[in-house]
Amino acid sequence: MPNLIAKSALSGQAPLVLVGTTLAELVPERITSVAPLKGQSLDKALKILGLSFPAPNRFVEAAGAMIVWTGREQAFLIGASGEGLTGLAALTDQTDGWAVLTLQGPKAEAALMRLYPLDLRLAQFGVGRAARAPLNHMSSVLMRTGAEGFTVMVFRSMARTAWHEIETALKALAARALV
Amino acid sequence: MRVAGKGLIDRDTTIGFRFDGRDYVGFEGDTLASALLANGVRMVGRSFKYHRPRGVLTAGSEEPNALVEVLEGGQQTPNVRATVQEIYPGLEARSQNRWPSLKYDLLSVNDLAAPFLSAGFYYKTFMWPRAFWEKLYEPVIRRAAGLGSLSGRHDEAVYEKAFAFCDLLVIGAGPTGLMAALVAARAGADVILADEDARMGGRLLSDTTVIGGVPGGEWADGVLAELAAMPNVRLMTRTTVTGAYDHGTYGALERVGLHVAGPAGLPRECFWRITAAQAILASGAMERPIAFENNDRPGIMLASAARSYLNRFGVAPGRRVTVFANNDDARQTARDLMAAGITVAAIIDSRPDAQADEECPVYLGAAVTGTKGRQGLRQISVRHAGGVMQIDTDCLAMSGGWNPTLHLTCHMNGRPVWNDAVSAFVPSDGAVPNLTPAGAARGDFSTDACLRGGAEAAGKALAALGKTAGDVVVPVAENAAYALQPLWAVPGKGRAWLDFANDVTVKDVKLSAQENFASVEHMKRYTTQGMAPDQGKNSNVGALAVLADATGRGIPQTGTTTYRPPFSPVSIAAMGAGGRASGFAPQRFMTSHQASVERHAPMIEAGLWYRPSYFPRPGEATWREACDREVNMVRGAVGVCDVSTLGKIDIQGADAARFLDFVYTNTFSTLPVGRARYGLMLREDGLVMDDGTTTRLGDAHFLMTTTTAAAGLVMRHLDFVQQAFCATWDVHTISVTEAFAQFAIAGPKARALLNSVLDAPVDLPFMGCCDVGVQGVQARLFRISFSGEEGYEIAVPARFGEALFRDLVARAETMDGGPYGMEALNVLRIEKGFITHAEIHGRTTAFDIGLEKMISAKKDCIGKVAAMRPGLIGPEREQLVGLKAVMAISSGAHLFTKGDAAERVNDQGYVTSVCYSPTVGAWLGLGFLRNGRARHGEVIRLVDHLRDIDVLCEVCDPVFHDKEGVKLRA
Repeated sequence: MPNLIAKSALSGQAPLVLVGTTLAELVPERITSVAPLKGQSLDKALKILGLSFPAPNRFVEAAGAMIVWTGREQAFLIGASGEGLTGLAALTDQTDGWAVLTLQGPKAEAALMRLYPLDLRLAQFGVGRAARAPLNHMSSVLMRTGAEGFTVMVFRSMARTAWHEIETALKALAARALV
Repeated sequence: MRVAGKGLIDRDTTIGFRFDGRDYVGFEGDTLASALLANGVRMVGRSFKYHRPRGVLTAGSEEPNALVEVLEGGQQTPNVRATVQEIYPGLEARSQNRWPSLKYDLLSVNDLAAPFLSAGFYYKTFMWPRAFWEKLYEPVIRRAAGLGSLSGRHDEAVYEKAFAFCDLLVIGAGPTGLMAALVAARAGADVILADEDARMGGRLLSDTTVIGGVPGGEWADGVLAELAAMPNVRLMTRTTVTGAYDHGTYGALERVGLHVAGPAGLPRECFWRITAAQAILASGAMERPIAFENNDRPGIMLASAARSYLNRFGVAPGRRVTVFANNDDARQTARDLMAAGITVAAIIDSRPDAQADEECPVYLGAAVTGTKGRQGLRQISVRHAGGVMQIDTDCLAMSGGWNPTLHLTCHMNGRPVWNDAVSAFVPSDGAVPNLTPAGAARGDFSTDACLRGGAEAAGKALAALGKTAGDVVVPVAENAAYALQPLWAVPGKGRAWLDFANDVTVKDVKLSAQENFASVEHMKRYTTQGMAPDQGKNSNVGALAVLADATGRGIPQTGTTTYRPPFSPVSIAAMGAGGRASGFAPQRFMTSHQASVERHAPMIEAGLWYRPSYFPRPGEATWREACDREVNMVRGAVGVCDVSTLGKIDIQGADAARFLDFVYTNTFSTLPVGRARYGLMLREDGLVMDDGTTTRLGDAHFLMTTTTAAAGLVMRHLDFVQQAFCATWDVHTISVTEAFAQFAIAGPKARALLNSVLDAPVDLPFMGCCDVGVQGVQARLFRISFSGEEGYEIAVPARFGEALFRDLVARAETMDGGPYGMEALNVLRIEKGFITHAEIHGRTTAFDIGLEKMISAKKDCIGKVAAMRPGLIGPEREQLVGLKAVMAISSGAHLFTKGDAAERVNDQGYVTSVCYSPTVGAWLGLGFLRNGRARHGEVIRLVDHLRDIDVLCEVCDPVFHDKEGVKLRA
């Protein structure tokens, strides 16, 4: 057992609930970047996890694990071990590099459409869709996990700003609801 | 004065507000303008240049006169249109551009000086002497002429920005827009209906129109109720579409909290970026004034505005109203007023052949030639077939016809075209891709034509979207002829206003033509017509008609100035919502942040990162004391510094080594696993881009470090090189900067400190790397040094960063060491002659910094050939040198040969980094000196003209400390 105390990016931050919408930090067990090496196929190895390599702007989910497209020939494997991919793909441990936020509730889409210049209407950006897009000024990974649910990944060092930005958007929506 | 039984206001809800320090009461649904008129307040402002008393001219966002300041707390918002501002409990507004009061304004003396203040007055008068313009003339003129004033305080209110997407954006919710939205929404399209008004309905709220057998307002309410119930429709009230941009993007400003005393945190405004596959411009039309002598008095308003105040707000615009018009539409104003029991003293119709059916005196072929009443209209002079007569009146409703509100169609360089049938400019076809003007916005003025136009435009948009319009029955509505005969200006000697907002008269436009500013663009700039907050909405067509007349051309030949975004004023605060102060950029915090703050370290910004400047101890009065102590601490014992901000890039693949050989000047394919090497990277132009160490973790696996400043730049560069030049290579790069917290441990006791935390002691050679265990956590250890001491950097997964930092610092302190900050880090590296981006600032070559030998002769690399260009190598180059002085020196200073005058032509170089070195006991600097490597030992003059520093320095080798690197390799 390590003796060093581990802290997540927003350690101690209680979930925020505004207008029925909850912003919370999610601490993923592990995140591994996966970039297929030349001439290698990941199909078999991913199939064992119940996954397949995601198309651009998509993620694939199965039994507690997911793999999300993050760039040209690159995806993040979340929640599962990447050991089976050794030798097939360039792997890096990204677990600590990202702050993961979840936003769930009726105003989730409206809040994020104040920060992302993207069409996040459910019909256009449905469950399973992902985007590598700027959350205001921050590079991020955005995933639609449910009709009213999103996961946002930002650089760990920017976690506080990201929280603040989403909180600000929710607060404005909450104030609007009172008028 | 309210009219019983009229209006859409809620008479059960009274609202108290203040204007110019007096309390008034209005009703829910009132604008500030309607509430003031209801309270008998006719004069609401002073004009821009002549400080003429002014009243409400319009009932819409185009208002040029009734501009007020709204006060909230310590803030004031200038140039708020009283015709747009809704009243709310506690609203406080005041008139502007007057002193000491609206009634007695000292600068109204300008009005008496009017003969001298015509167009071009400033250009002609204040040309000489030249120096006086900036210091004297301009400040005086600016004080005299102007509009509202600002509080001078930061605007800390909440603003919002947001994005929206839809199949169809309908701009304007009058009959056209409502019909279009209804047709499209029923067909299943995602529709946004945006209207600048607080209530949708457009002219239907102000006119006594009948649609499908019911009053227009009632029809609108029915349509709105249906739309509101549909999930595919978003109704955006108080939202002005302000601009049309590329790819179907529209800017829109929503007034979110400006009309209520809202809850804390309610945004004042929201700036929307709406992306629409199709758009329909149903923005209606604006009535235009007629220019006649003294047509700017309070009490003179547009005929449509008079109708709005009566029908929508239940306010009688006057007790004895006169109507002056050149078309049939304005007759409705007279009929509505009479039906409400208000006396209409006369209808003055410029058309000799018009009908005269109304039950009041109607003068055909007549014109208003003058008015009286300094602070409010009392009397008008009318010239008609029988001569000139005076009519007592307190409100003159005028109409010179209507101009389609086509502004958005000009935003992408479309030019409107003149249509003789309506004597107005109408939008040209396809002016904005996928935007269809409909209804009054394209010159179809009857309600019937608007409804049909809206339905047609929706059908066209649906077809483009691949949807089919259902069966739509367009209800029956009024289809009266417009019957307009153009009248722009009534001939006369006195001043007749065209542009109320900027005080431009018919005379000014004629003078402009006379002085050969005859093009419409020149006229605009010479007279300032159309350059006020209303951007010429009320005056453009009138002014160019006068210009056309003065220059003997027709209106189409004269042309029109164009309209640019925004359609109506947008506050910068809304466009930049969230970007004020620290909202300007994300903040990046290291894992050690809290620990540093607890030690009272001042945090400085390094790019987006916050890094500790130094760690003060009790008794230290200045940063220098702390810095000197920290330097001595590292040189004498051990120091700990968070260096997590340095870029870390993981590079893998069969071609990884080959790739590094290509991007670095030196060779990495020969680097053994477990070893690090210093690398230099050039841009394609041969100048230095970045430097850092890269470690080989495996045969096909490297870890590159970059400087903090260039981390993003290098990542982008690698991606570019890979995609552009090595697309077929097996190489994969990804940033792992954020995944690891990395701490430098430096000093003679570094190894002892390190071994105290490691699970097993290590003995690592200089530039070695290995995996280690730190209290059970797997970590990576590098033996590298940026200080010149024996140095290590240990990297742990970021979640353990804070714990490890606190532990290392506590252990260091028991060994006479401790944490050190950026200041000490900088001194240590200057003493050792290590460069940063202060030196590799984008204009220096490998040769300049003495590293040209690092450009391998055995292989190619990015920038190699370009680095060999003439002029980039040789004695004429400014080369990196060290500087030593006994007095304070500064970076940014320039170097001059001793004895030369300290002037630009004698410049020999410049200083990039300086510090006081407690190790050497002198001021040290790094700089670039012409042929500098050959001038070691020379005494040179350092001059900082900005800081008044003039010091003699010794030029020396840039490495001041441990030249042989003995300590480094200990």
